[in-house]
Amino acid sequence: MTLFGTRVPMMASLLFWLLVWEIVGRLDVMFLIPPFTSIVSAGFELVQTGSWQSASMITLRSFLYGMTLAITVGVPLGVLMGRFKVIDNIFGLWVNMFVSAPLSALVPILMILFGMGETTVVVTVFLFAVWIIVLDARAGVMQVPTSLIEMGRSYGASRWTIFTKIILLSALPEILAGIRIGLIRGVKGVVIGQILVSIIGYGELFELYSRSFDMERFWALTMLLFAAAMLLSAGVEHFEKRIEYYAGAR
Amino acid sequence: MANPALARSGSVTSAASNDAVVQVREICKNYGDVEALRGINLEFERGKLTTLLGPSGCGKTTLLKIIAGLVPATSGEICVNGHAVTGPGPERAFVFQDFALMPWATVLRNVGFGLELKRVPAAERDRTARRYIEQVGLAGFEQKYPHELSGGMRQRVGIARAFAVNADVLLLDEPFSAVDEQNRRKFQEDLLRLVELEKKTFIFVTHSIEEAVYVSDRIVLLSPRPGRVSQVIDPMIDRSASPDDIRRDAGYLDVVEEIWQGLRQYAE
Amino acid sequence: MQMSISPAKIDNGIGASQEAPSTTAEMIRTFADERRSFWIVVSLAVLFITWEIAGRVPISFAFPTFLETVSAFGEMVADGSMHRAYFLTLQPLVLGIVVSAIVGIGLGVAMGLSDKAEWLLAPVFIVLQAAPMAALVPLVTFVYGIGLTAKTLAVIMLALPVIVLNSYKAVRHVNPSLVDMCRSFQGSRMQQIFKIIIPDASPVLFAGLRLGIAAGFIGVMLAELLITPTGIGDLITYHRSVANYAHMYAAVASIIAVSTLTLAGLQYVETHLLRPEKRRK
Repeated sequence: MTLFGTRVPMMASLLFWLLVWEIVGRLDVMFLIPPFTSIVSAGFELVQTGSWQSASMITLRSFLYGMTLAITVGVPLGVLMGRFKVIDNIFGLWVNMFVSAPLSALVPILMILFGMGETTVVVTVFLFAVWIIVLDARAGVMQVPTSLIEMGRSYGASRWTIFTKIILLSALPEILAGIRIGLIRGVKGVVIGQILVSIIGYGELFELYSRSFDMERFWALTMLLFAAAMLLSAGVEHFEKRIEYYAGAR
Repeated sequence: MANPALARSGSVTSAASNDAVVQVREICKNYGDVEALRGINLEFERGKLTTLLGPSGCGKTTLLKIIAGLVPATSGEICVNGHAVTGPGPERAFVFQDFALMPWATVLRNVGFGLELKRVPAAERDRTARRYIEQVGLAGFEQKYPHELSGGMRQRVGIARAFAVNADVLLLDEPFSAVDEQNRRKFQEDLLRLVELEKKTFIFVTHSIEEAVYVSDRIVLLSPRPGRVSQVIDPMIDRSASPDDIRRDAGYLDVVEEIWQGLRQYAE
Repeated sequence: MQMSISPAKIDNGIGASQEAPSTTAEMIRTFADERRSFWIVVSLAVLFITWEIAGRVPISFAFPTFLETVSAFGEMVADGSMHRAYFLTLQPLVLGIVVSAIVGIGLGVAMGLSDKAEWLLAPVFIVLQAAPMAALVPLVTFVYGIGLTAKTLAVIMLALPVIVLNSYKAVRHVNPSLVDMCRSFQGSRMQQIFKIIIPDASPVLFAGLRLGIAAGFIGVMLAELLITPTGIGDLITYHRSVANYAHMYAAVASIIAVSTLTLAGLQYVETHLLRPEKRRK
């Protein structure tokens, strides 16, 4: 709303919805929706338990491994696709297909190939995140202005210098944008992977709480996950803004 | 100064002529802390083409949009045909710098859009639209889409659309700035022909001095930060001469030079 | 004279011998440039051959070859199990998408048009889109059991935020100059919305719908694998449990192919019907 600044209204309307939640929870409409305050207190208890801490470690570890893999594979592949037409032609179809394919259907295959453990989750995170990273890196490299490359050549820069100092730096905003979306998709990947595997990390906890109808803990865990996803996305966005100045000047 | 082609109105708030279609009174516009326009007083005479000319940031487009009723003024008043106006009205039509054509509609529908909004029956709407399409030289392009036309042709569609609603006052916001130089000249000549033919009041915004002098009956020079009227010039160009002769005419060139001297202090 | 001619002759000879293959290469290149289908075939072939080789090695006991998978697919089509599975899977998907499209475009457009609606709803949907909604899928079963409603809700949960946010962005990014144009001709607010804003936003609205459908496919697969094995999810789960890996792979590949073809078809419609500036190219 225009009455306030830009950050205040966002918080304000979320607080409004939490208030609605609290009221609905207190009215005991559905056992599914406990009052928000009891979710918060369950959350405080939850973070002190050993099972939550070890589940978080496992989740975080799978996420980090998967993302590292996605970035180290995705960025070079995207850059190669942007530079070489043949590579682009061969991989383009598959990348474009998998970026919006229902990857949740692939998880059962991963489970039989990689076992019911962390490896499957790592691969799920990788598969969810990698394609958008490839596509954005490719787009970044392809839209490097020709005049910049010609400028480099006219000042006698070698091909390698042009590549590292002009093309890669010029594509950096897009590469980072791809990594940000990749991170958000990676969070969804880690959750979907763990829920389907259902015996490790948060997947195990979700399974446990929903079987025992422990709604306070279920929601507390969900809220923590949502908050982590939002914080992650906001963090990368903040980092992106710091390099935005030269993306805007292009 | 002694140039016979120059006849300057002595003061900005000169005696009101009875034939003023649009009156601008004490218009001020602030965007937050930024003062865009301060105390603008102007009158626009019937059947004349008046140009608002000035460096970028002088608020000329803002002033035009205030006259159009698209942007509210912070204070002051706009009168059209003696009545104060607060929003867009049927007696004014606007021609946009970026053409503002609907990409999903044909030339015919775009030109007739003003009438469509007024719920004019389709047959009558199409008849009027076709007449103006022909008048701007686009006959045969009725069923084309904007993306199939060149920049110059697109702006002809925009002008035909403004004519089709038969408004008294036409407001043109840098209409030729997205048109290449050759077409621009052709356009200016066509515009003069239309001014002659349609007997309407034109208010024209441009940043090109040559264009302003070539097409205007009166030029209002605006100075920037905040936008104020700094000078009003009547070029008094003899339009009976051929376009090429006008562009070589000493009087024409003197007015261009005069305006440039006034504006050069604002150049970066 | 002869001295000056002979190097040229040698040159010609070399040139000629090089020219013949280079024209063939040139021909292939121009052919490849002009024919997108050529590259589609090449990239399909690359993956399928890699798959076949990996299956023959084999890299895992649970990794059938490409040909085995194809024949398993044929088998399932022949015995009708594929049709039955798709009939079951597409019901919640289509239902969920229709509901999400109507509600989502409605809410998104309202958020784009009204600051109050934006203030109230935008933060919620921003959170829902960034958050892993999959975590909530198990909850649905508590209220709606394991039937069609539960699966439809799973589709809506994943598709709705995407559609809402894209519709909202579509309306916010409408060309302001067109809106001004409509105002300058005294168009009413209703005329502004239905004659300018919605037509101008429609390509992005449609693109949002396409993204929503992609999310819906993820949702329906999740529901079928998590809530209750039915449809394609059942084919996958069943053949996995009896170690019919080729059949399982065929089911997975088929749902990915169906989703890809659906999305590609929608993209074709989008560029060819909704964007006149991209039409006729």
